Amino acid sequence: MEVQDQESVGRWDRLGTRDPSSRADAIENICQEVMRKVETIGPIPPVAPLSPASGSPPGNDLNDILAHVLMLSRRCPFEDVRERCSQLLRNIQDLGIRIPRPLGNGPSKFIPEKEILQISKVDSRTQSIFEDAFAALGRLDNISLVMGFHPQYLESFLRTQHYLLQMDGPLPLHYRHYIGIMAAARHQCSYLVNLHVNDFLQVGGDPKWLNGLFEAPQKLQQLGELNKILAHRPWLLTKQHIEGLLKAEEHSWSLAELIHAVVLLTHYHSLASFTFGCGITPEIHCDGGHTFRPPSLSQYCVCDIANGNGHTSEVNPDYAFLKDMCGEVEVLMERMKQLQECRDDEEASQEEMATRFEREKTESMLVVTSEDEESGPPRDISRHFEDPSYGYKDFSRRGEQVPTFRAQDYSWEDHGFSLVNRLYPNVGQMLDEKFHMVYNLTYNTMATHKDVDTSMLRRAIWNYIHCMFGIRYDDYDYGEINQLLDRSFKIYIKTIVCSPEKTTKRMYESFWRQFQHSEKVHVNLLLMEARMQAELLYALRAITRYMT
Amino acid sequence: MEKMSRVTTALGSNAISGRTMFCHLDAPANAISVCRDATQVVVAGRNIFKIYALEEEQFVEKLNLRVGRKPSLNFSCADVMWHQMEENLLATAATNGAVVTWNLGKPSRNKQDQLFTEHKRTVNKVCFHPTEVYMLLSGSQDGFMKCFDLRKKESVSTFSGNLVCNNSFMCQSESVRDVQFSMKDYFTFAASFENGNVQLWDIRRPDRYERMFTAHTGPVFCCDWHPDDRGWLATGGRDKMVKVWDMTTNRAKEIYCVQTIASVARVKWRPERKFHLATCSMMVDHNIYVWDIRRPFIPFATFEEHKDVTTGIVWRHQHDPHFLLSGSKDSTLYQHMFKDATRPVDKANPEGLCFGLLGDLAFAAKESLITSDANRKPYPGGDRRYPMFFFKKPDPTEQFAHVSSALSVFETDLDSHRMDWFVKTAQLYLLSGKPFAELCDHNAKVAQELKRPQVSTTWTMLRIMFSDPANLATPGPNHNLGKLGTLPLMNSFSLKDLGSGMGAESRLERSKGESRQDNIHLEPGNSYISNNEENEETEGSEGHPEYMFGDAELDDDDLYSMEHDNQTEEQEYTLPQEAFQLRHEIVDNPSAPEHLQQDKADSPHVSGNEAEVTCLTPIESFSLISISQPLFSPHLPASFFCPIVREMLSYYAEQGDVQMAVSVLIVLGDRIRKEIDDLTQEHWYMSYIDLLQRFELWNVSNEVIKLSTCSAITCLNQTSTTLHINCSNCKRPMSNKGWICDRCHQCASVCAVCHHVVKGLFVWCQGCSHGGHLEHMMNWLKSSAHCPAGCGHLCEYT
Repeated sequence: MEVQDQESVGRWDRLGTRDPSSRADAIENICQEVMRKVETIGPIPPVAPLSPASGSPPGNDLNDILAHVLMLSRRCPFEDVRERCSQLLRNIQDLGIRIPRPLGNGPSKFIPEKEILQISKVDSRTQSIFEDAFAALGRLDNISLVMGFHPQYLESFLRTQHYLLQMDGPLPLHYRHYIGIMAAARHQCSYLVNLHVNDFLQVGGDPKWLNGLFEAPQKLQQLGELNKILAHRPWLLTKQHIEGLLKAEEHSWSLAELIHAVVLLTHYHSLASFTFGCGITPEIHCDGGHTFRPPSLSQYCVCDIANGNGHTSEVNPDYAFLKDMCGEVEVLMERMKQLQECRDDEEASQEEMATRFEREKTESMLVVTSEDEESGPPRDISRHFEDPSYGYKDFSRRGEQVPTFRAQDYSWEDHGFSLVNRLYPNVGQMLDEKFHMVYNLTYNTMATHKDVDTSMLRRAIWNYIHCMFGIRYDDYDYGEINQLLDRSFKIYIKTIVCSPEKTTKRMYESFWRQFQHSEKVHVNLLLMEARMQAELLYALRAITRYMT
Repeated sequence: MEKMSRVTTALGSNAISGRTMFCHLDAPANAISVCRDATQVVVAGRNIFKIYALEEEQFVEKLNLRVGRKPSLNFSCADVMWHQMEENLLATAATNGAVVTWNLGKPSRNKQDQLFTEHKRTVNKVCFHPTEVYMLLSGSQDGFMKCFDLRKKESVSTFSGNLVCNNSFMCQSESVRDVQFSMKDYFTFAASFENGNVQLWDIRRPDRYERMFTAHTGPVFCCDWHPDDRGWLATGGRDKMVKVWDMTTNRAKEIYCVQTIASVARVKWRPERKFHLATCSMMVDHNIYVWDIRRPFIPFATFEEHKDVTTGIVWRHQHDPHFLLSGSKDSTLYQHMFKDATRPVDKANPEGLCFGLLGDLAFAAKESLITSDANRKPYPGGDRRYPMFFFKKPDPTEQFAHVSSALSVFETDLDSHRMDWFVKTAQLYLLSGKPFAELCDHNAKVAQELKRPQVSTTWTMLRIMFSDPANLATPGPNHNLGKLGTLPLMNSFSLKDLGSGMGAESRLERSKGESRQDNIHLEPGNSYISNNEENEETEGSEGHPEYMFGDAELDDDDLYSMEHDNQTEEQEYTLPQEAFQLRHEIVDNPSAPEHLQQDKADSPHVSGNEAEVTCLTPIESFSLISISQPLFSPHLPASFFCPIVREMLSYYAEQGDVQMAVSVLIVLGDRIRKEIDDLTQEHWYMSYIDLLQRFELWNVSNEVIKLSTCSAITCLNQTSTTLHINCSNCKRPMSNKGWICDRCHQCASVCAVCHHVVKGLFVWCQGCSHGGHLEHMMNWLKSSAHCPAGCGHLCEYT
């Protein structure tokens, strides 16, 4: 069985090549393999469909393969593979075998499939990025597809992620994926957990660990505390935490390992934010991404219908609001212009500036995030971490006096970068590029308007997120945030950043109604990177304090 | 003010005095600046803004500029500068983007003079013009530099550091990190940027920079014009480099480069010393370094007083190179006297020594030492010694730069097998995977076969001491770690005695036939020579205690009474034989650690002398018996032996047989590990691993790394953990899963003979790049001259 797994992995991998003829070979091999399998279990199907739960092992095996073929037929960047896979599925269906069909439409629940880049219709640059991603991972995940709106960023993102997971680094491969699972599970992000459970097993991870954190090595268990604090209240991180990890006899972490782990944790926390923020749907070949049941009305995914993504109801609720809200963008632009001009005339007093930050910080706490569905996370994910009740707690509300983190005293550019690059070479550079990229990314458009300088808006979003984490920029007037970000947008940001699992499609739709989906994804990228940087800053500051 | 002017006149005759001193500030400092007459220093930070007077013995707080009930952000300073012409004038750069000037002559408590709020982001740097009273320059995070005329309410000109946006998607605003007026050119200033660029501007032309070049990768945190040399600009960056640029030529030319260990936050030329500059770092490293840029590998002087990163450095007086002031995040302000600085060069080992793979030895030392020594002691017999001399241009005025070393390379006879024993031992030793007793026995046998009886005996004894499982659990009661720490473990590396050192080299060649444990360190300080007279002396004195440890502490009667308690143990003893053999061998391979001072002209061949020393001293033979004979006493827990074993390990390590020390350490594992402090262990491991790698014993070294319990050692295996292979068919990189190339879908490394995937050693012809299993290829090419793949290439297996 083990060997077979290895073999099949190799088989899928060979599809990643850019050379059409060898790709054709590979797909042909797969077709033959699948057909052979189909024929061996040929006689069974008439019996089996009635009891899907008790499918025999070969049947399950086949189902997995079929799911994979289905994924390829939809998501492979190479057209020939897509076509051949669809054809294969049709052939199999003709033989009377149940074939899977994808659940949900498109990579995102929030964005109609037709808005997202069609894999078949992308420019050559995006195509080549997709091909690289496919070659590296054997799949093109939904996250990449959605990020495909912003190819420059996607490239930088994939390069970093690839380096973190697969290239030279102090942690063994299965540890990396397991840490990814831990981090994603903290936010109950089943999408990322499923994805990395597969990867984890593929690189030879021990399946026992997946039963829960308590089955994992002591060393990883110790990371649980750091994971928890970083995800929800990074400002509570002290050098004692770091010391506890580094000085634990035989289970202790080395500094380089710790940095690697911290980067992974923050990466996956923020990626979980993105996943929820954009409503990423499960991968087709993973659990929950496909079904073998025939389509019938009762089987529609509830969310599909609710979100207008189903086959029948194509009515986009946005249209209804468009009329009322058409002034929104103009108002925002007007405000930006005013701020730009007024800045020199009306100078707020220094005290005023200081209180504005505090007010914004406090107010951000009062933004109500949850739709009060305080149900615990589903069992299968919560087992990857401890203490599920621990969440983002608004520090000012609980009366804790947390000193404000001054960005000028510990910044990524001056301090964080040097520390990361010293202990985990190259990664500092990559993260630096990624932060720069996302911070400066602009198309100079807002909704339908062209040639707009959006730097002010971007900075407001970035600083608002850092403000929620208590990071203050002396040179920023936090009054601007109030002017530029309206309440529904603030709710969205706050939810995504602090408790992403509570994001709903309504939130996604209720902010910036006139903006395009690509712009909303852009916002999500900003949220994700700003959150990552904020978490990193706290973690790195604690490590620096430990070192001095 | 009266006092100040008085001091000013006094300074005319260069009469600053003082000592190394410091004072506590209330808060971390971000920057410091000194007034022209060097009597006062201003310290600025987020929560501090004070002026201190520099007195003979101490700092005295003169003035607190941070006034008001709730000080505004304008007091939160990123940078401060004291005007060098006008002693009442100060400027600060605030983190909120304000540029503030202060007039100390104001009668009110609040000395704030002017406030410019033109920058949108944090101002990183302010700089007064060196000769023009009213001109102030600022550089900010928003990418702009502004020039202010202090007589006006707003800036007179703005310089934009932004590149022209030729890419409509990416228009980055690059932060200005530092601005500096040129000392000599009235109109010129330099600005350094976060993207690694440095720009030169003419103050009269705000539309465009005069010149731009990329100085560093990553942000350039600081720059400083040379006070005397018109064209020199020093820059320091996040890439841990300090570079000196010659700006007089058409293109900025890098003339010196100093590599530091952390990102460079500040750089300041030392007054009156053309080639010196001081640097401090922003992260990790707390020291201040003064470099001679002509000797970039070692700092000229180091100030190590600060306990957190140094944020500001300034030379106290423009023409006095002996005083350096520094402020730090640890909330202290220091005055460093140059005479109190640490000179790393004094501690650095001026001699270098390195082994070549084939036993060659390269040795670099002060040129004077080498030549005098060589003259005194010419080597007989046409030795292969090639002295090479490297001279630096001597400059009598600079004590530091005057360095010259000579490099000598000693070749050794290629036939010599001196290190064979080391390699063999490394390969044959078993370090894990079997019960403890078996490991010891095995290793003892290995040592025995390599004619190293002392080592062999040690293994046997270790087995006896520790093999009772009942005693293994109890940890050693005597932790004499302190004592161990003081042992001069690596004294064999010191090259103090150069004279004898050179002598040793000649001996080294002559003693090539011997297989000796001590040869591992061939450095001249330790001259081992197998010399019989010497041996006999040392058997009784030096080597003896190692074996005789039992005598001092154990009652012999006790031991003997235990003798036959344990039946199972008994059969393992083949002692009489062993002891007998040992008696011969011990002479052959003495463990004499004595340093010979005399070089015996005709070093005798060892085996030839065996007969002379067949009879050992009675003590020696007795000791062997008395130790190995008695069976393990239940009254003596294994921990009882720990101090002795520890001493034994240190002894071996000192002798240069770090192999033995590490092997025992690994085999004993927890039994001894706690007895020896981590640093020492780490040191041994490192030395052994280094040696193994020099002998290309990669497997053994990896095993040692894996088995070691030091975290610092196991870390070694966590870097470079990836192996990249290319497919042999399509020459593309392979993904890391499986053996099938994902591009051409062929098994990547197929044996040309058996057509199976090769999953181990793969040998291939460099001519046609076909290959396969090592054995298959060997067999094939024995019978055929052509490539087994049928490509027609005439392969050759050598």
